[in-house]
Amino acid sequence: MRTAGPVLVVVAAIFAIWYAAVPVMNIKETLTGLERAGAQVTPDSPMARRDAGHLGLVLQNSFAIPATYAQDRPRLPAPHQVVLDLWDTTVEKKVTSKRSLVYHGWITLSATLLGFVIGTGAGILLAVGIVYSRAMDMSVMPWAIASQTIPILAIAPMIIVVLNSVGLQGLVPKAIISAYLSFFPVVVGMVKGLRAPDAMQMDLLRTYNASRTQAFWKLRLPASMPYLFASLKIGVAASLVGAIVAELPAGGATGLGGRMLTGSYYGQMVQIWSALVFAAILAAGLVLIIGVIQRGTLKRMGLA
Amino acid sequence: MTLVALALILWLAAWALNVRLANGPGSHTPAVRLAVPAIFGLTLLVMWELLVRGLEVPLVILPAPSQVAVKFAEELPTLWLDFKQTFLKGALSGYLIGCGAAFATAILVDRFDFLRRGLLPVGNFVAALPIVGTAPILVMWFGFDWQSKAAVVVVMVYFPMLVNAVAGLQETTAMQRDLMRTYGAGYWASLTKLRLPAALPFIFNGLKISTTLALIGAIVAEFFGSPTMGMGFRISTSVGQLALDMVWAEIVVAALAGSAFYGAVALVERRLTFWHPSQRKQQH
Repeated sequence: MRTAGPVLVVVAAIFAIWYAAVPVMNIKETLTGLERAGAQVTPDSPMARRDAGHLGLVLQNSFAIPATYAQDRPRLPAPHQVVLDLWDTTVEKKVTSKRSLVYHGWITLSATLLGFVIGTGAGILLAVGIVYSRAMDMSVMPWAIASQTIPILAIAPMIIVVLNSVGLQGLVPKAIISAYLSFFPVVVGMVKGLRAPDAMQMDLLRTYNASRTQAFWKLRLPASMPYLFASLKIGVAASLVGAIVAELPAGGATGLGGRMLTGSYYGQMVQIWSALVFAAILAAGLVLIIGVIQRGTLKRMGLA
Repeated sequence: MTLVALALILWLAAWALNVRLANGPGSHTPAVRLAVPAIFGLTLLVMWELLVRGLEVPLVILPAPSQVAVKFAEELPTLWLDFKQTFLKGALSGYLIGCGAAFATAILVDRFDFLRRGLLPVGNFVAALPIVGTAPILVMWFGFDWQSKAAVVVVMVYFPMLVNAVAGLQETTAMQRDLMRTYGAGYWASLTKLRLPAALPFIFNGLKISTTLALIGAIVAEFFGSPTMGMGFRISTSVGQLALDMVWAEIVVAALAGSAFYGAVALVERRLTFWHPSQRKQQH
């Protein structure tokens, strides 16, 4: 509760700045529209307005401020416009409609989840291999770390096109890119976690005459859980980014990435914003779900 | 088929060699530590070349490494142009602005407890969101040239850097801070002499994460519109023309730039945080 007050103040400040910025960002387009509608605007030549400062125009034409909040294609939509569009495209539209964000969100989410499951599974397997095989550790791990410094997303368009030419379309190519992005956080976290038991704990198991498999299931794997969940939170957010970016090269047909791309083609800022907010809600929700599972699991294990 | 068989034999031989090296007596020497990953990487490249030629994969779909190397050498001027546009102008300027702004905010957040309790949860939340999605908005606001790419990078690196820097500034113990107070050190003296040095490992963690984000941000932002150059522009248009050898050449540039950028930051880190346990030489 100690944080609730300050967080609310900060969020309120962000919204206040946002509302204050809307007239400044939108004034030029609004004035052009109002002039066409026959209103008297202060510098009446478009040329003079083009060279004038945004803030000055707002001050000179204070009557236009309400109109800046109701632009059809604003440069910066007001928060309530985004919320209205979000409401309109999620609740009001049928879920199967191509104009429904739920439909596009599900397309992105399904690729995200499939990719996340593949990436996590592969990551855990590789981590086990790395922990138990010295050769794998020495040869694969440096490349795994180096690959983190490479902008993997640069490869996304190529993977899409290559898989498309082999006949794979839709869900699977996107899931592969998502899987790739969630893969490495899981590998790195899991290797760290599986190595978390110290020498004394390993020695204790040896005095119990435990086999290697028993040591794995009863000590290493449970010890790695906090690390695994920390990685999963990063991984699931990365998966969503991967799925969204993977939708860009398809030319903006479907999915949240597609909505952003078509919005950017047609100058529909509100559409971009609502897709972005929807993606943010999705990401926050996914991280939240992992957090709940984490709390439950760790509590059952007596770790939290 | 002989090429495929050769590839498999080569793979097994190289793996056997790596197992021997890794489990052998000299596995802790620097030479072996370098050789094992190098052998692994080289095998992958040679396998790729042999498999592509052996299985007669259409070279349009998956170019062999040798072709990519040839293309890389041929297109050096274009690649340099793209590198300048995307990395030097877009990513690097955005990185400097974003990390600088985040650092300044972190000092403020650290000074005022109210901000720490209010801004930090928001920052943690925003850091997990798909910020790449702001690219179309920022491209519309700042135009097609590098300024919009820098803006995307600023937004992307700001929050991870902020969260890390604030965590770092909290790193000192109450006892250390009390010691500074007994020396009569004021806020600024204890900030520059105690808390900033103690925060350096965290700050560099943020800086290192941000190097990758910066390059990703600059490249992805170019998918939403760019002048007729830049790595993201070249990748998306070359994919459209099925000139995949050019795409791979750009990926090589991205990989080199990303690794060099990360390496440079890590090098500075080693110089400045030599006292930290993670920087000490491993002893066996």
